[in-house]
Amino acid sequence: MHRRSVLKGTAALGAIPILAACSGGDPATQAADSKATSLGSGLADAVPKSGIQAMVDLFQQQSGDTVRLNVMPRDQLVNNISTYLQANPEDVITWFAGYRMRYYAGKGLLAPVDDAWETIGKNFGAGLADASAYQGKKYLIPNYNYPWAVFYRKSVWQQHGYQVPGTWDELLALCATMKKDGLSPIAFGDKDGWPAMGTFDYLNMRTNGYQFHVDLCAHHESWDSPKVQAVFDNWTALLPYQDTGALGATWQQAAHNMANKKSGMYLIGTFLLQEITDKSIVDDLDFFPFPAIAVEGTDAIEAPIDGFVMTRRAEKNKAAMDFLSFLGTGAAQDAYASKDSSNLQTAADANTSTFSPIQKKAAEMIAQSKKVSQFFDRDALPAMANNVMIPALQSFLKDGKVDLKNLETQAKTLYAAA
Amino acid sequence: MTQTTAPVPVATEVERAPRARAGRVRRLTGSDRLVLGLMVGVPTLIQAVLIWIPTLLSIGLSVTRWNGLALSGIKPVGLDNYRYALRDYPPFWPAIAHNVIWLGFLALVATPLGVLLAVVLDQQIRFTRLYQSVFFTPVMLSLVLVGIVWQLVYARNEGLLNNLLGTAGTNGAVDWLGDPHVNLWAALIATGWRHAGYIMVLYLAGLKGLDPSLREAASIDGATGRQTLFRVVFPAMRQINILVVVITFIEALRAFDIVWVINHGTNGLELLSVLVIQNLVGEGQVIGVGSALAVLLLIVSLIPIVIYLVRTFRKAD
Repeated sequence: MHRRSVLKGTAALGAIPILAACSGGDPATQAADSKATSLGSGLADAVPKSGIQAMVDLFQQQSGDTVRLNVMPRDQLVNNISTYLQANPEDVITWFAGYRMRYYAGKGLLAPVDDAWETIGKNFGAGLADASAYQGKKYLIPNYNYPWAVFYRKSVWQQHGYQVPGTWDELLALCATMKKDGLSPIAFGDKDGWPAMGTFDYLNMRTNGYQFHVDLCAHHESWDSPKVQAVFDNWTALLPYQDTGALGATWQQAAHNMANKKSGMYLIGTFLLQEITDKSIVDDLDFFPFPAIAVEGTDAIEAPIDGFVMTRRAEKNKAAMDFLSFLGTGAAQDAYASKDSSNLQTAADANTSTFSPIQKKAAEMIAQSKKVSQFFDRDALPAMANNVMIPALQSFLKDGKVDLKNLETQAKTLYAAA
Repeated sequence: MTQTTAPVPVATEVERAPRARAGRVRRLTGSDRLVLGLMVGVPTLIQAVLIWIPTLLSIGLSVTRWNGLALSGIKPVGLDNYRYALRDYPPFWPAIAHNVIWLGFLALVATPLGVLLAVVLDQQIRFTRLYQSVFFTPVMLSLVLVGIVWQLVYARNEGLLNNLLGTAGTNGAVDWLGDPHVNLWAALIATGWRHAGYIMVLYLAGLKGLDPSLREAASIDGATGRQTLFRVVFPAMRQINILVVVITFIEALRAFDIVWVINHGTNGLELLSVLVIQNLVGEGQVIGVGSALAVLLLIVSLIPIVIYLVRTFRKAD
């Protein structure tokens, strides 16, 4: 094993020339009046891939420009993004909002796309605009997103006469009632480690506010603080109501616990609808935003945004900017959604007539939100999310203990290396 | 053998040693030397490029802090990364403990079980070939597949085990893979299932190759079956025994796949190899810390390797 590991240790070094050799763009064509651009897409699964293809086709047809499309597996793009951006990347790439975008913008590897935002800015609310910006400049064109909310089955709630909780106390009271009624109040599956971050994000935003949450994720705030302690104190109150077997269950298994009426509700993203497809159950589903706790009511929502960024070397390519302006239009996003309807278009002028009632409600929730968080692993340094938060949250779920001092020590080391 | 133009280079090699010692003129032709040079040089080059250079780079990177972007961003930080791994990184010591438990389980349970199976199946019992195939089947499956098979056994509500125990679907159902108190043992049983078959085949091959006259002589001398096994067969199997011990060590140190399949090596299933991968590859990449962990794993791995090499070379002298 050690040999292989050591080998991988230098994969970072080795990957530079390899990637440079792989990606195909030709810098010589980057003239200002170019009619050609390129798109590096990490959406490699058949359905999203055809969605991207539909966007590209429509743009080529409308503008007469050509787009060279390079599709690669998502992991390849995400895991090698540093080397990819430094080598010879495509002009436009599929990417995410949040710290993950700001980090590379801060390193000068992405180009601002304010020119495109001038034409399409009116399509996006304040939350989306904020999530796409870094130091006053826009770097991202949102494509679609998927909000996190608390889902439940209407029939179960009607049967027991439950009311949607608006506050923290109402939520806890509801959980206690559900437990009495023989339900497991909150479905929860954290075997893969990341779903628990959704609970953490909401508890932190509701307890300390959106700005604190984003600053904490970017490590502009210390983990070893009473504010973070308050988050875990709140979680301690909620923990007895979350599925006890969470550490051994996947989010999909938890989804079925709710679908089978064993659990009363479930905090998860709208991608839930990819797992639960039985029409009779889908029609019985509803959701509400995570209840208010201390500050900002329910203004902030968690809705990871997938979109497009422009790489530094394409800065002067007019075709690339035109392409990005196009990607932010409802027409482009509709072209994507015509192939992949599991997510929500972000542009205001997108066609929402094909939305299911639950999608419509989700879209309204996003439109009304003032702040949009991106999920911990996109709002924070990926290493912090993967190597530190997953074990820390899993150990919290195990014994209700969290060592904030140690979290801060680890964060210091990791962010210093970033 | 007096000609030195033998086309088989191995033979030339064997021959050269005594000649050189005897101080006689070297009679290797130019093409011999070229072949020899290539045969030594190419593997050495591959070894250097794929193993030694990366190892040295890892050791170098382990005392730096780097974000993987510009080379100018590499900053020396002394032993900070080691301090982080040993003192501040909570999964580190559990991972060491789990690797030790892993080794203990393989050495004390799985390997002896494999040897036992081999000894039993070496007797002229009926259907011995069938049993051999049954026990060997898991070895032919990749560990990833082994992981998936055992997940079907261990699943909390749908799994075979809890259904056999009659606890499936109740609150008393043990969460074999999710409960950090039991999941390591669940993973070890799955690994042992495979490891025992592997050892069995190795040992069986050794037993089949054993000179039958040894056993005959022992039984003529009036040795019991047990005495024959422990006093005659095992000592005669020395080479295989050493091989089995080395394989057990290697398997314990490179344990990775099965816990990765179960839950990516978190929540009670931390192993050194998993921590190295988590910190070096993919989204969680922290080059300095990951390199330091890799170097620590290298040091741990060197211990059995050095012991083995010292023993081997001492014997050769």
